[in-house]
Amino acid sequence: MPTIHEKKFVSGDPSKCIGCCVCEYACSMKHENTYNPTKSRIRAIRLNSFVNLAVSCRLCEDSPCVAACPRDALRQSEENGTIMIDEDKCNGCGWCIEACDYGAIQLHPDTRKVFVCDLCEGNPQCVEWCPEEALDFTTKDVVSQKARITAVKKLFQDALSSEE
Amino acid sequence: MSFAKRILYVDLTTGKTEVKPLDMKLAKEYIGGIGLGMKLWLDHSEAGVDPFSPENPLIFMTGPLTGTMAPSAGNSYAVVSKSPLTNTIGEAKAHGFFGSEIKRAGYDLIIFTGKAEKLVYVWIDDDSVQILDAEHMKGMSPAETDETIRETLGDFYIRVSAIGEAGEKLCRIGCIINDEYRAIGRGGMGAVMGSKNLKAVAVRGTKDVDVSDPEAFTEFVRTVHERMKGPATRKYRTLGTPENVLVLNALAALATRNFTNATFEGAEKVSGETLSEKYVKKIIGCATCGMRCDHIAVVPEGQYKGSTSRVEFECLWSCGPLCGVDRLDAIIEAIRLADYYGMDGISIGVIVAMAMDCYENGVITDKDTDGLKLNFGNHEALVEAIKRIGTRTGWLGDTFAEGTKRAAEIIGKDAYKYANHIKGMELPGYDLRTLQTAALGFSVSFRGACHLRSGAYSPDVKGKVDRFKIEAGRGKMIMDGEDLYNVVDSLILCKFSRGVMYDGLKDMAKYYELATGIPMNADDLLMAGERINNLARVINIREGGGTRKEDTLPWKILNFPVPEDCIGKGVYVKQAEFDIGLDDYYKVRGWTKNGVPTPEKLKQVGLEDLIPIVEKKL
Repeated sequence: MPTIHEKKFVSGDPSKCIGCCVCEYACSMKHENTYNPTKSRIRAIRLNSFVNLAVSCRLCEDSPCVAACPRDALRQSEENGTIMIDEDKCNGCGWCIEACDYGAIQLHPDTRKVFVCDLCEGNPQCVEWCPEEALDFTTKDVVSQKARITAVKKLFQDALSSEE
Repeated sequence: MSFAKRILYVDLTTGKTEVKPLDMKLAKEYIGGIGLGMKLWLDHSEAGVDPFSPENPLIFMTGPLTGTMAPSAGNSYAVVSKSPLTNTIGEAKAHGFFGSEIKRAGYDLIIFTGKAEKLVYVWIDDDSVQILDAEHMKGMSPAETDETIRETLGDFYIRVSAIGEAGEKLCRIGCIINDEYRAIGRGGMGAVMGSKNLKAVAVRGTKDVDVSDPEAFTEFVRTVHERMKGPATRKYRTLGTPENVLVLNALAALATRNFTNATFEGAEKVSGETLSEKYVKKIIGCATCGMRCDHIAVVPEGQYKGSTSRVEFECLWSCGPLCGVDRLDAIIEAIRLADYYGMDGISIGVIVAMAMDCYENGVITDKDTDGLKLNFGNHEALVEAIKRIGTRTGWLGDTFAEGTKRAAEIIGKDAYKYANHIKGMELPGYDLRTLQTAALGFSVSFRGACHLRSGAYSPDVKGKVDRFKIEAGRGKMIMDGEDLYNVVDSLILCKFSRGVMYDGLKDMAKYYELATGIPMNADDLLMAGERINNLARVINIREGGGTRKEDTLPWKILNFPVPEDCIGKGVYVKQAEFDIGLDDYYKVRGWTKNGVPTPEKLKQVGLEDLIPIVEKKL
């Protein structure tokens, strides 16, 4: 299994996200061949005009959802850390949903089994489609690096512009 | 197939609901949106129905692309009914998130008839439709109603379309608002909703919306997304429509102080540039859209501190330059209040400007206004007047809640000279004295004064014509614009994104065909656009309007030359030229000199069944 430093996940940037839900439509088309946000593995939340974020699976270490399943229907992929669901075992009891702090695992409206982000074979369609470039397929290390660079750029705005 | 093929009927008198199949022949001939909506309104109503009577159908329409990923068309809906402002056909569109929910619940449209005994809201949860008590939400703003319903029903993703106090109190410019800032704005559709005691429509849809060719459709959507990053949408993504303030001011087309002046000395202070620099906090967008255009402005300091609203040019203009107000903080507050009470943000400013003009000219006095000093430029009076109109408080509020046309009739005297409306609907933000193609275009629009029925200001602003006069040839420009916009509004594409349809009707036909599987080409769409315009005209004739004598211009546009020193000084629309323009337009339309569609024309566009309506007028 990749270490927590290596695992890539879909990260949302609240300063860029505008809650447009394009990610949801792209996801449902990719996985279900239809347009239906209730079947999307990523969901956008607009609390108000200024607070928007799309949320999907964060590939936790020792995933609480996996631990919570009383039927061993969930396991975490050795290869990329995604949560894999055995639909024969899942009965939709929802323990995993309660265990997830991010609301990233959901009950499917048709199958009534849980479903979650599978990273689209390494090419997440939500990231591909996001018109605001608010989504990144990246590692936690890169996310923190980027945040540092942005913070430092902001701090030294004047120095940087005089260089130009 | 992206049509749900189902109509939901809700009778608010009996509480009965019913689902019937949608006639797919109509879905091809009238596309969806306003086209199909107006056709169904005609089929479901009696001639001469009162807009506020229970028998006036109120139709919530989706478009063929609603519910799909189509940018700007995937998220839209339209409302069609008889307008209490114009007493003829009314229609308006809105985007956001609400529209797609109707389609996902499994309906192409909802027809509301009747009148509930007390205030109610309709809760549509896929196949379950309930009429629930809304008395506890009386007087709430649309946004408060939205929040209350979602909390009560316990689902964050429920979408709500609601009216405010203005709609409840039958203020004739009452609008319907969804998703906080998106309005079915014009023509008083919210007042019709209020007349039915219908506070809100709440919808949760969980069904699939399929398209006929998912691969090709998704590819086309990708192309549209790419185009949306390009020049066609630049304005909307950057300064937004408030960019128009300085553009129109330079053209002497920024109507000021109720169409007295055509330039505003305070234009810089209320420009898009100033707004962007000092007030816009975030630019957001609607569901499925690849661009963003909602400029959310917040007042950072002063007496209106904290006031927040979504600012577009039209409302900025009507509450700003038109009222002589040069303070953006007050304008932001004025727009917030219009949204709060649920009133058309264009009409409200034009109405207050009329009241100010009447006050300045002694037509109304302190006694009428209960001491409110309604001078041009008095921003506190603007804010107070909006509150009174939204709540029908006092003589001032009650009178002006009727709109400019009826207010002028109530006041009498010279008030008509200050009432800037066409067919009862207030003028939008273009000085028609110096934009005369627009003057002609707005005058023949079937829903009254409107820049979005033909875009007739475009040849004027772009310098393609001599905009200080009307001459033969303008009719064709207006007709082409109208027919195109009828298609756009039936697909319910956002007009901000019209520029990304690089191949015009050909692109739109492709969109329709890939989504619905119904064969469609550019010629079919063009014919549909013409059909829809004739349909609307015949509806208006059936309702007692829709002829030459209704295709008029406000008194000031025809009689009051631009007074100040500017490139437009001395200009106004001359009646003789205007008549030439009307003749020209009717001729290219194939209508009589009285503006009535001929039986031949109706046959040609597939409306032969409507010939009996026009026969008496020929």
